[in-house]
Amino acid sequence: MKNSFISTTLDKNNIFGQGNSKKWREEIIKFSLFLCATLSVLTTFAIVWVLISEARIFFQHVPAFDFLFGTKWTPLLEPRSFGVVPLVCGTLIIVFGTSLIALPVGLATAIYLSEYSTSRLRSILKPVLEVLAGIPTVVYGYFALTFITPLLRELFDEVQIFNAASASIVVGIMVLPMVASLCDDTLRAVPVSLRQGAYAVGATKCEVILGVVVPSSLSGIMASFLLAISRAIGETMAVTLAAGASPNMTIDPFVAIQTMTAYIVQVSLGDTPQGGVAYQTIFAVSALLFVITLSMNIFSGRLLKRFREVYE
Amino acid sequence: MISRNLTNRYVIAKIFHGFCFTVAWSGVLILGVLLFHVTQEGIQWLDLQFLSDFPSRFPAKAGIHSALIGTLWLISLTALFSVPIGIGAGLYLEEFTKKNRIRQFVDLNISNLAGVPSIVYGMLGLVIFVRWFELNQSVLAGSLTMSLLILPVIIISTREALRAVPNTIRQAAFALGATRWQTIYAHVLPAAFPGILTGIILALSRAIGETAPLIMIGALTYVAFVPDGPMDDFTALPIQIFNWASRPQQQFHELAAAGILVLLIVLLLMNSIAVFIRHRLEKKSR
Repeated sequence: MKNSFISTTLDKNNIFGQGNSKKWREEIIKFSLFLCATLSVLTTFAIVWVLISEARIFFQHVPAFDFLFGTKWTPLLEPRSFGVVPLVCGTLIIVFGTSLIALPVGLATAIYLSEYSTSRLRSILKPVLEVLAGIPTVVYGYFALTFITPLLRELFDEVQIFNAASASIVVGIMVLPMVASLCDDTLRAVPVSLRQGAYAVGATKCEVILGVVVPSSLSGIMASFLLAISRAIGETMAVTLAAGASPNMTIDPFVAIQTMTAYIVQVSLGDTPQGGVAYQTIFAVSALLFVITLSMNIFSGRLLKRFREVYE
Repeated sequence: MISRNLTNRYVIAKIFHGFCFTVAWSGVLILGVLLFHVTQEGIQWLDLQFLSDFPSRFPAKAGIHSALIGTLWLISLTALFSVPIGIGAGLYLEEFTKKNRIRQFVDLNISNLAGVPSIVYGMLGLVIFVRWFELNQSVLAGSLTMSLLILPVIIISTREALRAVPNTIRQAAFALGATRWQTIYAHVLPAAFPGILTGIILALSRAIGETAPLIMIGALTYVAFVPDGPMDDFTALPIQIFNWASRPQQQFHELAAAGILVLLIVLLLMNSIAVFIRHRLEKKSR
């Protein structure tokens, strides 16, 4: 009897002991997972810190005002001039061309997917769009250079080998799947009752879509447009390959331009000595790029949140 | 605004339907044209010699051996770093934290990181890994940069997969006295695994095609050797393609097309493996 009593107490201790080590193990696992999650926050801080500290070296030599509002960009040639406006213009042309293609086509695709297509057609079209989204950007650059540009040169006179139009078209194709799938999600989130209400007062399908569904998901659609534009701004390889490397201030889509991203690539491929002012320009340009894309992404997130608050 | 003529309105509705239909299916057409063009240009160069030769000034002798092996190194190391960390971060955020201010901040942070242009990650890798850690233009520096780039994608898809696991599974495990980690390890993770895997493959496919960050950290464009270890210099498929595509000669363009075909085949293989594994796992769990 006594023995068995002792053994049960021992067992109990054992259980408690196990409980403690279990608890420890839980805590250790939780802490290591916590470290993994911290890494993402650290990455953000690292990006901001790297850009600020490196761009500071540049701004010690060039006033920020001259950089932001100067209209001549010749950092690699004498006489040097560090006005970023031509690069920003180049990026804006690409953004404009991309928007012209990706936004209407993306929205129409989304309308087709969510309002017209049967689930079987949808299950064909969606993977095709995913494949389009998954093709590496350098492939699009190649496609622009060897297919779109020759095509444009046949259709129009005076198209240069490197031109903004061809790059815009492929960047448009590239971001189109993103616009389509995000808009599709927002259109589908619009309650059926709204559509039924419109049908009940005698609207045709087209009127229901354009008059009710699209307006009521406008903030979601805008959010997806902003994301698409932000991606077009940050897009690198296609514009490097197809749009050229001459920082022009022009609105002619058929001449060579240079975007912010293409300039960064040009410098890092070239033999500009590291540490000089010319080399530090790439950090100033990427800081600008980062600020623009980040603010667009944040704004887009806000819009999407507002959309969700209305319907979910 | 709306016309009184009913027939007109129906005609407009029809036209609109036709417009959306045409535009939507033009995506298929574009994909077809793209694939056809690349195949037509590159197929004649695609043979075993192309896979086993090193890059060369002479198109006839040029191959992608070093680029292909470099890409394999890069992706294996990237997966090694990013997969455990990404899943870990996803688990922590989804299973161990409550919805509070801090988590909202981390959420916003991750979704913004996913939107940062890849070239900016290249700058980060250049300063931190190449210069600070003195890894130079090594495979290790490249894969660490790539890992940071695809981490947000893995974290987001892991969390979505975890969110799709019904809460009743967790409650049942807790009711039987399992600890949180036991619940996650034995029940939640297996149920979420197909979704997580899809996310990982998608993220790695993105890493295979990324060019800009590698150019930023200074990966070389002409490499006539295969890396022996993580500290060696390397080149990768997209860089080789970029290099060939940016030369003026037609023959190098065709080589670029052949390189693209190899790249697309690698991507296709990865994705079909993912679909296959996912299909099997989903069957099993039912």
